[in-house]
Amino acid sequence: MIRVQSEPFDAGTETNLFLSRNANSGGVATFIGQVRDFQDQDSGSSKTISALELEHYPGMTEKELERIAAEAHTRWPLNDILVIHRYGRMDLGEAIVLVCAAATHRGDAFSACEFVMDWLKTQAPFWKREHSNTDSSWVDAKKSDDTRAERWNKND
Amino acid sequence: MSLNVLYFAWVKEKVGTGEEQVSPSDDVQTVADVIEWLKTQSPGHADAFADASQIRVALDQLHVPFDTFIGNAKEIAFFPPVTGGDW
Repeated sequence: MIRVQSEPFDAGTETNLFLSRNANSGGVATFIGQVRDFQDQDSGSSKTISALELEHYPGMTEKELERIAAEAHTRWPLNDILVIHRYGRMDLGEAIVLVCAAATHRGDAFSACEFVMDWLKTQAPFWKREHSNTDSSWVDAKKSDDTRAERWNKND
Repeated sequence: MSLNVLYFAWVKEKVGTGEEQVSPSDDVQTVADVIEWLKTQSPGHADAFADASQIRVALDQLHVPFDTFIGNAKEIAFFPPVTGGDW
């Protein structure tokens, strides 16, 4: 199931709902991405990030997430996948994304969860804008994200 | 050809609008052709597409390369490389 929303969500509540729907799955892997003050740590600048804004492409975002979830289903024997992704303005510490993958065995659940996150980061049409104490600016894409996503290419 | 054009993030800010209807001439056939044509439409368009290596494209909401033919597509979107969260 795919959900794209501006409202905050409770990752614990959503995970418990997912678990109750998949009580027969032996392994469930979850990933939660949160807003953090990365500017300070990554560049050493004195700028402090106060909030994050994610713009997205309504319609295409949902299609891309469905496509990525469907691809995960073809690669691993999964019982269920959940992706919840927010857009709009978010404060530090809030959850941006939740991915849950349910399978009979842990290896498939772990792999699918990581694959969905890596592909999502390079394929889903989200653009990040940081609001700091001094200004706001668009964030550039990272080569390291492409490298992580390319690990899953089948022709390697 | 009649196309609904969408722009996102800094591409939208440079062009000055998030959406417009365009009708380029018949010799505009590929994504690259559309970009060259759009660059002639305003200084904002020219600025947005000045470095095409920073632009990504979706045709009818699917990622496509620049040499893709427009064909019967209804919607084309231009945006920077995507940037989700920082994990």
